[in-house]
Amino acid sequence: MNDERIISSDDLHAYADDQLPPERRAKVEAHLAAHPDDAERVAEYRRINEELHSQFDPVMRESVPARLRARRRRGAPVAAIAAGLAALLIGAGAGWLLRGELVGDQVGTRSNLAGRAMAAHTMYTAEVRHPVEVWAAEYEHLVRWLSNRLGGEVTAPDLEAAGFTLIGGRLLPGDGGPAAQFMYENEAGERLTLYLKRGDPTDRVTAFRYQAGENGDVIWWIDGPMGYALAGPGPRGRLQSLAHLVQQSVNP
Amino acid sequence: MAREVEIVEHIPHLRRYALALLRDRDAADDLVQDCLERALSRWRLFRGGGSPRAWLFTIMHNLHVNAVKRRAVGAAAVDGTANGVNVAPTQDQRLEVLSVARALERLPPEQREIVLMIGLEQLSYAEAAAAVGVPIGTVMSRLHRGRERLRSLIADGSEPRLTRVK
Repeated sequence: MNDERIISSDDLHAYADDQLPPERRAKVEAHLAAHPDDAERVAEYRRINEELHSQFDPVMRESVPARLRARRRRGAPVAAIAAGLAALLIGAGAGWLLRGELVGDQVGTRSNLAGRAMAAHTMYTAEVRHPVEVWAAEYEHLVRWLSNRLGGEVTAPDLEAAGFTLIGGRLLPGDGGPAAQFMYENEAGERLTLYLKRGDPTDRVTAFRYQAGENGDVIWWIDGPMGYALAGPGPRGRLQSLAHLVQQSVNP
Repeated sequence: MAREVEIVEHIPHLRRYALALLRDRDAADDLVQDCLERALSRWRLFRGGGSPRAWLFTIMHNLHVNAVKRRAVGAAAVDGTANGVNVAPTQDQRLEVLSVARALERLPPEQREIVLMIGLEQLSYAEAAAAVGVPIGTVMSRLHRGRERLRSLIADGSEPRLTRVK
């Protein structure tokens, strides 16, 4: 393809595939005009491409089958892959990403929310057999128990739309009082934890704060009486979208 | 976020490619599903950049190669010419004019893959080389051999001849 004068078979393929630079293209065209055999070859390569399209393009117009979007595991509700991603998009389109601005890497806030959440995330997401104290199958019991101990209503946000299924939760010691952790998992086996801790009853609402860590990233914020910290794998944009889902769920 | 958008956009392309590669709807969607799951679980490895499309096809290629290997293990005799698909045309087939889709089945898998990535999915030669993990020169020779073989299969159902008589 490099020799300026000789037209190689690579040139013919690249011409048929529209992958030739314009200056080379003119040379190949001149060659084809003088060599009908090669012109016929190029025409056949193109016919092959066209026939591939006419044969297989129809599948692209079908709706994506449910099994690619959703799979059941252990009788849990459907965890959607594509639907989860789509939900993030719809959310972004609806503009609710603007609801909490992301404030970059600020470490050392007054509440040690992020630090505590990250420590608990690291410790318990690594557990295979005992990741939670109470499994999601006993959801009513789980939230009643945690609500009683934290002294205010606690629910586990539904993150199914983003492909994360609730595994369960546990009670944890927090700064100056009990805290709770809910754990989620997606089809790819990625785990996400939401750490909740009641603070002073205020109307204070903070922006999202973000911190990257060795064992995952964390986004935390305070919404009235409750502090939230969502820890999980990056990238940051995805975790942020998940944090918005949490925020929407607790603040409908 | 932007990359998640792009993965969703690629699902129809991945399905089309997998169907053309495997010619079996269920097997094709299995492959796509595995590909999506792997892409999501390895999201962080992709943060470096590059085209999501090429990355998805790399995953697809690796999954496919592994599946072909798994099938080959334990097979009494592996026919090197065409991925275990029956190659020898019968007398009747010899006379039959093959559709491109049928002719594809007679290509060795490494040629079929390249012919489809480029001819159907319009990957650049460089993207296809990266996806399959070979030099561009190898992509070009597989493309050439694959297309030449398709041409003669379509023309008369036979293997390529050394000389073409018009």
